[in-house]
Amino acid sequence: MALKNLNNQTLAWSKRGVFLLALVPLGNLAVAGFTDGLGANPIEKITRSTGYWTLTLLMITLAITPLRRLAGWQWPVRLRRMLGLFAFFYGCLHFSMYLVVDQFFDWEGIAKDIIKRPYITVGFPSFVLMLPLAITSSDGMIRRLGGKRWRQLHRLAYICAIGGVVHYWWLVKKDLTNPITFAALLSVLLGLRLFYAAKDALKRRGKADTGAASH
Amino acid sequence: MPVYKPTPIPASEITPRPLFNDRRRFMQIAAGASLAALLPPSVWAADNKLAGVKNPAYTVPEELTPYKDVTSYNNFYEFGTGKDDPAKNAGGLKTRPWTVTVEGEVKKPQVFDLDTLMKMAAIEERIYRLRCVEAWSMVVPWLGFSLAELIKQVQPTGKAKFVEFISLNDASQMPGQQTSVLAWPYREGLRIDEAMHPLTLLTFGLYGELLPNQNGAPVRVVVPWKYGFKSAKSIVGIRFAEQQPVTSWMLAGPSEYGFYSNVNPTVDHARWSQAKERRIGEFFRRKTLMFNGYEQEVAALYTGMDLKANF
Repeated sequence: MALKNLNNQTLAWSKRGVFLLALVPLGNLAVAGFTDGLGANPIEKITRSTGYWTLTLLMITLAITPLRRLAGWQWPVRLRRMLGLFAFFYGCLHFSMYLVVDQFFDWEGIAKDIIKRPYITVGFPSFVLMLPLAITSSDGMIRRLGGKRWRQLHRLAYICAIGGVVHYWWLVKKDLTNPITFAALLSVLLGLRLFYAAKDALKRRGKADTGAASH
Repeated sequence: MPVYKPTPIPASEITPRPLFNDRRRFMQIAAGASLAALLPPSVWAADNKLAGVKNPAYTVPEELTPYKDVTSYNNFYEFGTGKDDPAKNAGGLKTRPWTVTVEGEVKKPQVFDLDTLMKMAAIEERIYRLRCVEAWSMVVPWLGFSLAELIKQVQPTGKAKFVEFISLNDASQMPGQQTSVLAWPYREGLRIDEAMHPLTLLTFGLYGELLPNQNGAPVRVVVPWKYGFKSAKSIVGIRFAEQQPVTSWMLAGPSEYGFYSNVNPTVDHARWSQAKERRIGEFFRRKTLMFNGYEQEVAALYTGMDLKANF
C-alpha cells in the first residue's frame, strides 16, 4: 500500500511540508498584524488563536497512534515529534501572551489566578506538563531514558490535552461549540486507546491461557 | 355566421405574475418617485447623520475609542457569538418602520413610532465609558436623551418597580437567533430608579450618525455604570412591572450574571477577575473603576445594599 509506508525521500519532503504547514497559523497572525487585520482587540485575538492551535496540534499528535492501528499507516509516526513540538511552540506563545501582556510578570497576580481561576488552575499545569515532554524529545534523551520509561513519561500528553480542553471549556462565556468539538475529538482519540489496550490485554491473556493449557 | 376568434396574445405581452401581483406597489413606488423628484434632495437623500448637542456634563477625560473599533468589535449574539459576527451579519436588519411598545404598569401605555420617539426630547451627545463583563472597555460618543423623558410621558403607576426591555425576535433578520445560545427574545431589565437615573440613555446614534445595525439599531439603552450586556439593543418593547424581570443572561448563567451587574472591581465574575480591564487600543490592562467611574452619580442608588450578594 502506497499510503502505509513512504520511502525516505517522500518522507523527508512531507516532513518539510508539515513543518511549513504548522507555521501557517503564525504566519497568518504576522500578516494580519502588519495589515491591521487583528481587529479591535489584537491581544485577545493572538491569545485565542495560539491557544486554539496548541489544542489542534495536540489533537493531531494524539491521532497518529490510533491512525496506525486503524489504517495501518506507519509514516505519520515519524512526524509525531515535530507536531508535538509545534503544539508546545504554540503553547509557549499562548502562555507568553498571558505572562507578558496580561500580567506583565506580576508573579503574585499569577499565583492568585492559579488558585482562584479554575480555567487557569487547569490551564497552567497543562502547559507546564508539556515542558518535560519537549525537553525529552531528542533522540539522546530517548536513549538515556530507555524506550519504556520514555513512553510512560510521554503519556503525560493525555493529561495536557484533557487539561487544555477543560481550560477552554471553562473560559468560554456561553458558546461552547468549539470546546465541545475538541472534547468529542479527544474522547474518541483516548477511547480508541482504551479499546486497543483492552483488546491487547485480552489477547495476551488468551495466549497465556492457551499456553498454560498446552502443558 | 362567422364565429369571433380572439387573436392570441403574444407571450411577450403577458405581464409576468410577480409583476402583476406587485402592481399596487409599482404604482406607489412610481407615485412616490415622482413626488420625491419634486422635493429638495436633502429631504430624500439616504442620510444616516444624526445631530446632537454636546452635553458637557457627560464626558470622560479619556480618549475616544476609534469609530472602526466601536463598530467592528461587538457582542450582539442575535448576529452570532464572534466579536466580528455582528458587523458581518447585521446587514439584513430592517430598522424602518420600527415601533416600540410601552406597556405594563403605566397610565398611558402606547406604541411609539421610532420617528415620534426620536422627537420626544432634544438629542444630546454624551461620552460614556463602556465596560464589558469580559473585561474589555471602550469610550463611545452616544447620541440620545435620558430614558427618564420617555418614562415621564407614559406615567408609571405606583406598582411599577422594574422596567423590562425586550429586543427584536426575528430569526429571518437576526441569523444568530437560529441557535438557542440565549433565550430569545433578549430580555434585560432595570430597577425603576435606575431606569429613571439621568445617566441611563435612550440611544439612537453614535459618532454623529444613526446607530449602525451591529450597535443595536435603531434604538437601544446605554447604562454606563453596568456591564455592557445590561444595555439592551434593538428594543421593540418596554414593560413596567412590579416583579423583578428574569433576564436572558440570568437564565443563561444564574450564578454568573446577576440582575444588577454593576461594574465592580471588587466583585469578580464566577470565573474571572473584574479588577482590571483592557481598554480597546491599549496594550496593558488598566484598573477597573467602581461603577465604571460613575460612583459619584449612582452610588446612592445602592446604599445599604450588599453588592456581593446582589451582583
